[in-house]
Amino acid sequence: MSKPSVAGVQDKSYVVAVQEVKPLSVLGTDGTVVNPDEMPKLSDEQLKELMRRMVFTRTWDQRAVNLTRQGRLGFYAPVSGQEATMVGSEFALNKDDFICPGYRDMPQIVWHGLPMYQAFLYSRGHQHGGQIPDDVHVLMPQIIIGAQYLHAMGVAMAFKKKGEKRVSITYTGDGGSSEGDFYEALNFAGAFKLPSIFMVQNNGYAITTPFAKQTAAMSVAHKAVAAGITGVQVDGMDVLAVVKAVQDAAERGRNGEGATLIEALTYRFLPHSMSGDDPSKYRTKEETAEWEQKDPLNRFRTFLVNKGLWSEAEEAAVVEDAKNTVAEQIKKAETTEKMTIPGLIDSMFETTPQHLEEQKADYLA
Amino acid sequence: MAQMTMIQAIKDAMRVELQRDPNVVIFGEDVGKVGGVFRATEGLQAEFGEERVYDTPLAEAAIGGMAVGMATQGFRPIMEIQFVGFIYEAFDQIAVQAARMRYRSGGKYQAPITIRTPFGGGVKAAELHTDPLEGLLVQTPGIKVVVPSNPYDAKGLLISAIRDNDPVFFMEHLNLYRSFRAEVPEGEYTVPIGKANVVREGSDVTIITYGAMVHTSLKAAEEIEKTRGVKVEVIDLRTLMPLDTDTIVESIKKTNRAIVVQEAQKTSGIAAEVIAQINEKAILHLEAPVLRVAPPDTVYPFAQIEDQWLPNAAKIVAGLNKVLDF
Repeated sequence: MSKPSVAGVQDKSYVVAVQEVKPLSVLGTDGTVVNPDEMPKLSDEQLKELMRRMVFTRTWDQRAVNLTRQGRLGFYAPVSGQEATMVGSEFALNKDDFICPGYRDMPQIVWHGLPMYQAFLYSRGHQHGGQIPDDVHVLMPQIIIGAQYLHAMGVAMAFKKKGEKRVSITYTGDGGSSEGDFYEALNFAGAFKLPSIFMVQNNGYAITTPFAKQTAAMSVAHKAVAAGITGVQVDGMDVLAVVKAVQDAAERGRNGEGATLIEALTYRFLPHSMSGDDPSKYRTKEETAEWEQKDPLNRFRTFLVNKGLWSEAEEAAVVEDAKNTVAEQIKKAETTEKMTIPGLIDSMFETTPQHLEEQKADYLA
Repeated sequence: MAQMTMIQAIKDAMRVELQRDPNVVIFGEDVGKVGGVFRATEGLQAEFGEERVYDTPLAEAAIGGMAVGMATQGFRPIMEIQFVGFIYEAFDQIAVQAARMRYRSGGKYQAPITIRTPFGGGVKAAELHTDPLEGLLVQTPGIKVVVPSNPYDAKGLLISAIRDNDPVFFMEHLNLYRSFRAEVPEGEYTVPIGKANVVREGSDVTIITYGAMVHTSLKAAEEIEKTRGVKVEVIDLRTLMPLDTDTIVESIKKTNRAIVVQEAQKTSGIAAEVIAQINEKAILHLEAPVLRVAPPDTVYPFAQIEDQWLPNAAKIVAGLNKVLDF
């Protein structure tokens, strides 16, 4: 591709030739391997662990939805349908890689080490939810759509300056890819050649707005072109494809080859959040049924069963473990000492200034 | 001691901190080779290298986001926003992300970020280059706001800001950058954040102000002393968040009268807060209502009528006369 020609409007060489991308996939919807060349190098035990985590996450999500309905959780964004993208992408990282999550990305940070009861505390509006343990390399989830993209870029800048072979990863949805923060992060990461992985979980809807109304771009992955970074599209319902895409992106980052934008094509089976939207108002039954055919758990289960690596009994044991863990962790969250106003005041600055000490005294009187 | 302008003092503060702490980095638009549009970082890239002092692409939100991300990994970023009006582009990163980092993480993460920006009128700059936006920032919990009025304070306060483990918004008045020189010590010293300075002792009335208005207020104080024989005390707030109410209250107890002078639009700004603090803590010491001398609640005007819009010594004298004659 030739460089843009500023003066020559007749010179069509400035038009960037954009080709349609084909999503990376390893497994077909029937669980058979369709692209053996892209198969990530994983041991049988690792393959089983991926399945365990997806099943666990599905069960945890179902329990969390119920807990929300019971009023035992606060804000909650369901994840069922997106397990392959979430679990697979985290699985492809090292423990010292850094995750900047959005509000739906609880599975990634919990699998990266955040205790589940803290995820529940976050949902219940308790500061301790964000008190990440020292050896867990994540930020608390971001509420402003896209801001985490800039943080991941800044974290990657820190890794690069320190000469550490670590990468940062961040997530947003297809709606988030319209934000200015998204473009600024990609551009900075390109200009500074930073070890960042920008993941867009394109589940088709920004709350209720369909992807067709989100952008006229051929794909989200194409947006990497303008930033001069690698852009790939992956079947987000295919956990092995996600693992491969993130492993490759992490390797590029660690090798000094810069950032990657990964668009994962996925679907959420449930509402955007438990706080109001009704998917039947903006999605058809046929569409949902079609995506259910691509259920990442079913595909991967078939793959593993065919390899003789998975059984109903194993799956039942994981479901049981997930239910018990959620029960235990929600209890821990519910019995954690509540926040106080004086505690809140003291969390504003390292040293509480005089005017806040005076305001605190009103609550201690 | 060296004689320095405020811009030289600001540069000196950054040099001292770059030398002292390897985690200090400076970045922003044009801060590298050229040293920023006002040359605040001139020579620092040559001295400390591109790893420590570097240009970014032109995007304020990303400058702010880079600061937040790097801060979580132990760096102490000094980010320059080229002109104050451009902070709107970065406002989420400053007011939401940096300012709420400690709160959101229950104290786990901190954001030791210094946000430097020029502001302030009287220089006939282009639109949005001078707007006094300190009120917006002071209304934002979790961020400190510092406005030096002279070279000595600028260096000492900036060193304090860089060492502070919370985000500090450091506002440098354009009209003070090169308007005069003052003695500034070599090496490191700090001026504490949150302490006001009584720059002129007086017994009859107090002017509470900050930034360039300190100098305009001192001029007004001299004028009224000559014409009316009153002794005016002038307080330079130096820090707007947190506010040093002790120094304000002590002065009110002595003078019983005050006006607050600000370059920002009148309503709901720093002056309103200072008056509220006086009401809460010293109302029985007042002999007159505390008045504000401030521009009207318009957008900051284009250069043609800037001089009429900004408070001047005559307007401050008029305000003093009102509270003295109450």
